[in-house]
Amino acid sequence: MSVVRAFFALLIFPGLLYALPVGWLMMGIARKLKARCQRRIGPPLCQPFWDAVKLLAKIPVRRRSNEVPLYIGLPLMAVATAVGALAMLPVFRGESSFVGDMIVLVGLLEMPPLCFILAGYASRSIYGEVGATREAVVSIASNVPFLAALVAMGTAAGSMRISQIVSSTPWIVRVPALLTILFCMPIKMRLNPFSLANAEQEVLAGPLTEFDGPRLGLWEIAHALEWVALTGFTVALAIPVRSGLWYVDAPVFVLLSIALVVPLTLLASATGRLKLGQATRLMWKWGGAAAVLALAAAFFVRGGGH
Amino acid sequence: MSATEHGLLYRLVERARRRSVWLYHFNAGACNGCDIEFISCLTPRYDMEQAGIRLEGSPRHADVLCVSGPVTRNTRAALETIYEQLPEPKVVVALGSCPATCNVFAGSPVVDGPIDKIVPVDIYVPGCPPRPHAILDGVGRAIEKLAQRKAAAEAGEE
Repeated sequence: MSVVRAFFALLIFPGLLYALPVGWLMMGIARKLKARCQRRIGPPLCQPFWDAVKLLAKIPVRRRSNEVPLYIGLPLMAVATAVGALAMLPVFRGESSFVGDMIVLVGLLEMPPLCFILAGYASRSIYGEVGATREAVVSIASNVPFLAALVAMGTAAGSMRISQIVSSTPWIVRVPALLTILFCMPIKMRLNPFSLANAEQEVLAGPLTEFDGPRLGLWEIAHALEWVALTGFTVALAIPVRSGLWYVDAPVFVLLSIALVVPLTLLASATGRLKLGQATRLMWKWGGAAAVLALAAAFFVRGGGH
Repeated sequence: MSATEHGLLYRLVERARRRSVWLYHFNAGACNGCDIEFISCLTPRYDMEQAGIRLEGSPRHADVLCVSGPVTRNTRAALETIYEQLPEPKVVVALGSCPATCNVFAGSPVVDGPIDKIVPVDIYVPGCPPRPHAILDGVGRAIEKLAQRKAAAEAGEE
């Protein structure tokens, strides 16, 4: 039974069959909204789908045979780990939850950016290397507050089980922790004020500069899945109760995930790109402050409990 | 071959190729006039993106190579490399009079053009510089050519 459940989570909901169209829809909404903010008409909502189909159907330029496994393996690994992270999202009441599954989930969420960095270095293009370095620096800066916020939630809930964290983190910890995670979201999704790694017209396409055709298409798919996973992760942590009815829990989760794209896009279209130093300083200062607040609240709650 | 003879997947791919066209712009020694007109196609007034057209930073991502300028001696090698880096199917658009005829630079010792001596060109967009409407028309014709090219390539393989 649990095997069936696992396959359902991986392949159907909240896995591949759900995440791929919704990821494309999210990216379509982001592009359309950004265009409307700039008084353009913008591409149709299904544009990311056509982009992916076109890229997958292109004939890539022949490469040296020792490069090909990296060029296919890294995006495939990013797709696979993103699907794994999606499958672990606590959409429903967690019967399949196990001790420490939050750590596995965060590990899986961090894999696509790691593959992205490795891809940049592996491509040996100067733009790829600059993009990968930026991504590495920025992801360290965002991960310290991000992980601190999760530790705060885990400490307050007294467990690293996702289901426990979701259900029993007190609001005094949950609010600053969620604010911290929201603050990290534009960095993790590489959206505008923090779009340093894939800074178009600056380092071309960053780590993906040397990828073409289907290999680039795989990256586009990985990014779509990453968007769904990251917004879903935030939303799942924010909803404290699960009704236990799939036809209530699932639509609430889906709608809130999609709604989260709107403020992120508005922020992205209202701001220009920061420099690397500015972005990391902003993150360390304000992300760090929010995370410290969450941690302090968590230790206060735990201390009061004893 | 008519379109009805092909399967669903073939038609899906053909549709995707029409709806998602990514451009790469290469300045082969242009005076920047064509480049300014080209970029204006992306502005709110002309908004190429509503047809799924996007300007890409890397030639490896692109479907259409847009070249402006008479191809100077310094840019020739770069143009050849970039042409090779575009994955198939690809289309080359020559923006303005310079790549087509070398324009006022014809006969100059530092000019290696016109462009058709170096890479095969599919669409010429005349003008010095061409109006954004003309560029949009050229890109539109390039999209048609992209779809036809793919059909021809598949017919050749079979």
